Order: sequence, then structure tokens, then C-alpha cells
Amino acid sequence: MKLLIIVTFILLLLSLFLDKERTKEALRIAWNLLVNILPSFLTILIAVAFLLALLPKEALARLLGERSGAIGFVIAALLGSISLIPGIVAYPLSSVLIKNGAAYPIIAVFITTLMMVVIVTLPLEQKFFGFKVALVRNILSFIGAVLIGLLIAFVWRMI
Amino acid sequence: MKKFFAKNRNDLIFIAIFVIFAIITYFSNFSFGFKVINNLKTSFIEMISYMPLIFILLGLFEAWVPREIIEKHIGKQSGAMGIFWVILLAMLQMGPLYSAFPVAYLLWRKGASVRNIFVYLGAFTTIKIPMLTFEIGYLGLKFSLLRTFFALPVFIVIAIIMEKIFGKEFKMNNTV
Repeated sequence: MKLLIIVTFILLLLSLFLDKERTKEALRIAWNLLVNILPSFLTILIAVAFLLALLPKEALARLLGERSGAIGFVIAALLGSISLIPGIVAYPLSSVLIKNGAAYPIIAVFITTLMMVVIVTLPLEQKFFGFKVALVRNILSFIGAVLIGLLIAFVWRMI
Repeated sequence: MKKFFAKNRNDLIFIAIFVIFAIITYFSNFSFGFKVINNLKTSFIEMISYMPLIFILLGLFEAWVPREIIEKHIGKQSGAMGIFWVILLAMLQMGPLYSAFPVAYLLWRKGASVRNIFVYLGAFTTIKIPMLTFEIGYLGLKFSLLRTFFALPVFIVIAIIMEKIFGKEFKMNNTV
């Protein structure tokens, strides 16, 4: 956190020093991004707050925790594939889940499928690549995401 | 402002309903409601503290990164250098997967190989620098490094398989 503050400040000052107009532009972009993401960000946080209140910690750990095994992987991979959550929201959401008992490798599966496998935008992808290519890409990405999760699970304890 | 409301209508309705829920909770001493509000308070404070910093970083990133220069380097060359430029271009981008399709189309038009187009999509989805900043901030360096380390070979293999299957008949359409 401290590092993040320092790095941001140094870069901001550097940018201001090099080009005032461009820095203004950067801050305008930052503001627009923030305003655009805030409503869906709040919605997801509220939904998760409900979910955590309904689902006790032990239950979440059983579903997505270290001992959940294959079930956790399947839930994470399916959730990741069907939802369309921007990364900017997905990371904070994942960190809330981890603090409440979810395991890192399972979160890795969730995040990777979330980013690589997008069923909702399949019609759009199909327009660019054709149905077969889009479908195969999504299937391979799904398998790849689970593989990444398994590899992370395998080395997580060793490092 | 009007556009903002139109675009986020569902989210805003949901938030408004939650505010009503919170008010009722306060007046009726509804214990489940307090549990929800407390959960939200903890996660919100934690999440929101990072946000301005990360968004300023993203803004600087958008304003300063010279993507056009890299795009010039991407063409027919294959091999390690081709992969390198494609991955670099993908890492410097922002946005969800569907925003990568038009760029992939441009790469295809410029003569990039089938493999490199899918390497681009793979890198775009898994190791974009703006997203890595977020990932490290929220989930830690260890997680982020491990995931990047494993994702890299996985999406390159996916790209190779895609080229093997669709290599000859591969065609892209411009829909924009």
C-alpha cells in the first residue's frame, strides 16, 4: 500500500513535470474510469455482503476453500465463465472472498476463466472469428484456466 | 449526467433499494441487516482506499504509453520476435476481452500469423499490465507472479493448438 502511494506520486509528479496537458488528460481518464466503474463496483460489494451474511464462513470455506477440492474448482470455473465482471471489480471481490475463507488456487481459476472464457460475449466473438473458432478458443481457455489453477495449487504451499 | 444514469440504471436501482434496506435496518434493529451492513463497511473501506491511486496509475498509463509505435512492429514476422511484440502490445492495453477483437482484426489484416493473433488474445486476457497492478494490489505479488508464470505457457500452447486446427481456413471478419 505504501509502495503504491509512493510510486503513484512519483509518476504523477514526473508526468506533471514533463507535460502538463498530458497529465490533465491522464487525470481526466482516471476520473472517467472511476465514475464509470463505481456503480457496478458498489452493486457487487453489496451482493457479496449479502452472500457473506447468508453464507457462514465455514460454508464458504467448504465451497471455495482449500479443502473444497474438485467442487471448488468446478464452482469457480463455471462462475468465472458465465459472469461478465470487469477485472477492476473482480480483484477486490476476490480479495473479499479470500479474507472469508476462499483459497488462492481456486480464486486463480475464477479470475482466469473470468478473463479468458466469456460466454456472454460469444455472439460478438463469433462475428469476428466465426462460430467454430470462437467456441474452440473458449473451450481451450476453460481447460487452460483449470490447468493454471491446478499448477498454482500444486506449488502454492512449496513457495 | 443523464447518460450516466441511463447507462447504470440497474446498478443505481439496486443501490437505492439497498439504501432503503439499510434505513429500515437501523429503525427496526434487524440483526441480519446489521450483519450485511457491517460486511459492506469492512470491504468498502478496504477497497475504496486503493481505488484513487490505481485509477491515477491507469490514467497515466493511457496517456503516456505509445501503442502506435509497437503496432508498427507487428506484421508478418513470426518466431520469437513476433511473439514478443504481440505480447508487449497486449500487455499495454486496457479493457475487457471484447475490446481486443477489433485489434486482433487489425493484426490479422496486417498479416500477423494465426498463432500470434491468439497469443495476443491470451496475453490480453491474462497479463495486461493495468490489470496486474490491480491484481498485485489486492491479491499480492506471490499470487500475481505465479498466475502470470503459468498463464504465459498455457496461452501460447492454446495459440499453437488454434493454429494447428484452423491454420489454413482461418479468416476474420470486420464487424465494426
